[in-house]
Amino acid sequence: MSATTGAGTTRYAGARINRVEDARLLSGRGTYVDDISRPGMVHACFVRSPVAHARILSIDVTAAADHPGVVAVYTGTELNAGVHAQWHSSVGPAGPETPRPPLAEEKVRFVGDPVALVVALNRRLAEDAAELVEVEYDELPPVVDYETAESNPILVHEAHGSNLIGSMAGVASEQMADAFAGAAHVVSETIRQQAYVPVPMEGRGLVVDYSPASGEMTIYSATQSPHEVRLFCSRLLDLPEHRIRVVMRDTGGGFGQKIMVQRDEMCIMLAGLLLGVPVKWVEDRQENLLAAGQSRHEHAAVRMAFDSGGRIEAAQIDFVSDCGAYPTPWPVGTAAVVGSLFPGPYRVPRATFTAKAVYTNTVGRSAYRGPWQFETLAREVLLDIAARRLDMDPMELRRRNLLRRDELPYTNANGMPYDRISPMETFEQALEMLDYEAFRAEQARLRTEGRYIGVGLSNYVEPSSPGFGYYATEAATIRIEPSGKVNVYIAGGSTGNSIETTVVQLAADALGARIEDVATIQGDTAVTGFGAGAAGSRSGSMTAGAIRETSAILRARLAAIAAHKLEAAVEDIELADSRAHVRGAPAVSVSLGELAEVAYFDPFSLPPGIPAGLEASARYTSDTRFVWVNATHLCTCEVDVETGGVTILRYIVSEDCGPMINPNVVEGQIAGGVVQGIGGVLLEHLAYDEAGNPMATTFMDYLLPIATDVPIIEYGHVETPSGGPGGYKGVGEGGAIGAPPAVVNAVADALSPFGVDITRLPLGPAQVLGLLGVD
Amino acid sequence: MVPSLPDVPIRVTVNGTVRHSTVEGRLTLADYLREDCRLTGTHLGCEHGVCGACTVLLDGDAVRSCLIFAVQADGAEVTTVEGIGGPDGALGVVQEAWRDCHGLQCGFCTPGFVVTVTAFLRDVPDPTDGQIRDALSGNICRCTGYQGILKAVHQAAGHAVSGPGQP
Repeated sequence: MSATTGAGTTRYAGARINRVEDARLLSGRGTYVDDISRPGMVHACFVRSPVAHARILSIDVTAAADHPGVVAVYTGTELNAGVHAQWHSSVGPAGPETPRPPLAEEKVRFVGDPVALVVALNRRLAEDAAELVEVEYDELPPVVDYETAESNPILVHEAHGSNLIGSMAGVASEQMADAFAGAAHVVSETIRQQAYVPVPMEGRGLVVDYSPASGEMTIYSATQSPHEVRLFCSRLLDLPEHRIRVVMRDTGGGFGQKIMVQRDEMCIMLAGLLLGVPVKWVEDRQENLLAAGQSRHEHAAVRMAFDSGGRIEAAQIDFVSDCGAYPTPWPVGTAAVVGSLFPGPYRVPRATFTAKAVYTNTVGRSAYRGPWQFETLAREVLLDIAARRLDMDPMELRRRNLLRRDELPYTNANGMPYDRISPMETFEQALEMLDYEAFRAEQARLRTEGRYIGVGLSNYVEPSSPGFGYYATEAATIRIEPSGKVNVYIAGGSTGNSIETTVVQLAADALGARIEDVATIQGDTAVTGFGAGAAGSRSGSMTAGAIRETSAILRARLAAIAAHKLEAAVEDIELADSRAHVRGAPAVSVSLGELAEVAYFDPFSLPPGIPAGLEASARYTSDTRFVWVNATHLCTCEVDVETGGVTILRYIVSEDCGPMINPNVVEGQIAGGVVQGIGGVLLEHLAYDEAGNPMATTFMDYLLPIATDVPIIEYGHVETPSGGPGGYKGVGEGGAIGAPPAVVNAVADALSPFGVDITRLPLGPAQVLGLLGVD
Repeated sequence: MVPSLPDVPIRVTVNGTVRHSTVEGRLTLADYLREDCRLTGTHLGCEHGVCGACTVLLDGDAVRSCLIFAVQADGAEVTTVEGIGGPDGALGVVQEAWRDCHGLQCGFCTPGFVVTVTAFLRDVPDPTDGQIRDALSGNICRCTGYQGILKAVHQAAGHAVSGPGQP
């Protein structure tokens, strides 16, 4: 029996609540990993390979070790011997992973590959000494072009026997032949995306503080998943998990890059165990751009068959992704997701795919916000190309093919079971927000003046909150303290996802407490139950479930105690405004503080069967494998055909993330993703030269969007509740999925009088002029 | 390797407090503030003067503390993000606007923006949208897409502000 949360009370979910994280972050009182200082702490600096592919002939650390202030210099020989096991929880111990030596052994495989680790009394001394480490390399030809890597006789990992990491496929292509042979129209293209990367403003980093006497290790880490850091470290060092504590208060952005422990972090864990004093490593920007991972570098041959009315009859994608030398984790599964999702939110009766992942001598692939987003880019760009070839309006082509509500649930031709989505609604809403007909009239008028504006749109459907394996549960502990104040303990941790505010809003509603009476403690494995962390757009839905389960226990106890104290029936107790009221008699009430006082300090006055205290822990388990989310992105732009410059005019996102817990947070997540996507099309390029040298290792070369580059983003909202807790859906990744094709299509539409198709990114001024045939 | 330079005595007024220190010649102002003064609100996002996260006021001017040596601040007054609000913890006008407008998410770039905009609005109290965008163009944020930030600067400048994303 549980009390209801009173009608007419403040409902925090759904409101634009100011964030609880902000006061500390705005006043310089956040605690990021580089803000951690421990007594006796020493500082680490890596010696990294300056060449893409070489055998290590010798490493001479003598001069470095003799340098003043140097505590230790490690090579792979010393450090790697400490590895017991290394695997990520989401992949498991038997996964076909790339062997990842913490420091390079025998060979270096990319520029930036860690070769030695210097530890000194401060970072400056460590950097000085790192320059004194002498490494002799026997250079090998590098594998740089991933498109030819599979057939390249030079191997990145000889033991693997091939540069093909792995592949997965749908039904055999031959079985689809008739669909394409008999179609009224077949549109085929090869679409390419350049490498671009998450670039959190704070790089990776950790402080490892091991106490040999007690056997306890405390790790302060910039991470999206403190519990995974602890588990990984436990396996790596063979330390019992409960002797390791991982703490993260504030992480300066991650966007996927900080989900998993990589080689550099392993080195610091190993060094921390060997040294027995606190060791800090915080990467600088050059290291982040050299060694933290690559993403997005991929291409695919795509084709669609249409009937004479523009209805899609079949779709096929043959996808290849560049995974560098040390992908984290095994990348073939994500590549297959690109294939499975390629049909998107459309009625596609037949589909198949192949998906390949290949090694190159470049930095390893790691996750970036919507790691499978190429499926949306390829599909939506192909649809616009198809519309031009079929001489159809691109919006009308989509309208004829988008799934309608009455067709749901719908399992796509590759087996993805969509439900509770609204692609037609978001599509029509976005077009209405633009006033599409008016835009086309303005476009025609401006063309007569020699000005070129364009409109581009993309639709996607995305799986959020994965409900399997490691990701399928989330725990909450809630303590209504003896004073009646509430603390919510949840794995979480602030990485820019506003999860502290979300938790406080949800818990206040669930307990009928005033929001100022609720606080949350997160990011500390010592006091929070296991949770997989901020990944897969899961935090909102999963924490809502955890809070729901835990609050139900406490609400029942509060109601029982209140009913006993107020001499009312349990079912008449309502919780609101941090008080328990009797329904219909608002003057008869008792505060949370008074109830807590009974629960903690007067346990013999409790009603029969009610335990002392007001603390509970419970765990939510997903009841669905995916929480599907859909959105439509619409972009308009002007292209200057003299300079090749693209100016974005309007940017509209209509999304269906279900009910919004906090519209500010939802819009903030969308905006951040959209601008990362805009940057990915127009500015950013993690380029390598033919010898495998990275060409963009500073912010002078790796260009990020700035305030003068961005449009004002307009939001439309369609609300289809999910089947999960509160009807909520994940919204963290979608912005970065929808934006690139909307921008590409807008540029292509602007340039349609010139008869160009855009199939290759990025679209900087030089590339735009190239499309126009201007050198 | 460059032979090490002798340490240098400096006197810097940081957020109103006079500090006497002896520093390495090569120590940046950012590292001095973070390590010697333990004022860790000043963040390092690139250490090559592009991202603006390390912006502080040096005798009132917004500067990148990663590009200035501590010895260059000898005799100067430095204000960091910790010195922007009231001593009782009250947020300043710019900080409040950032909170009201969802101008921050992970918060790492935020101190640099707050300091930059504090100096900008002192010098240009009633800026146009174009002036605001230009003033922000030396600071990089990866979380917000600048939507809440643009809105926050308008609010801090006393401009009427409607819903999020609408300047």
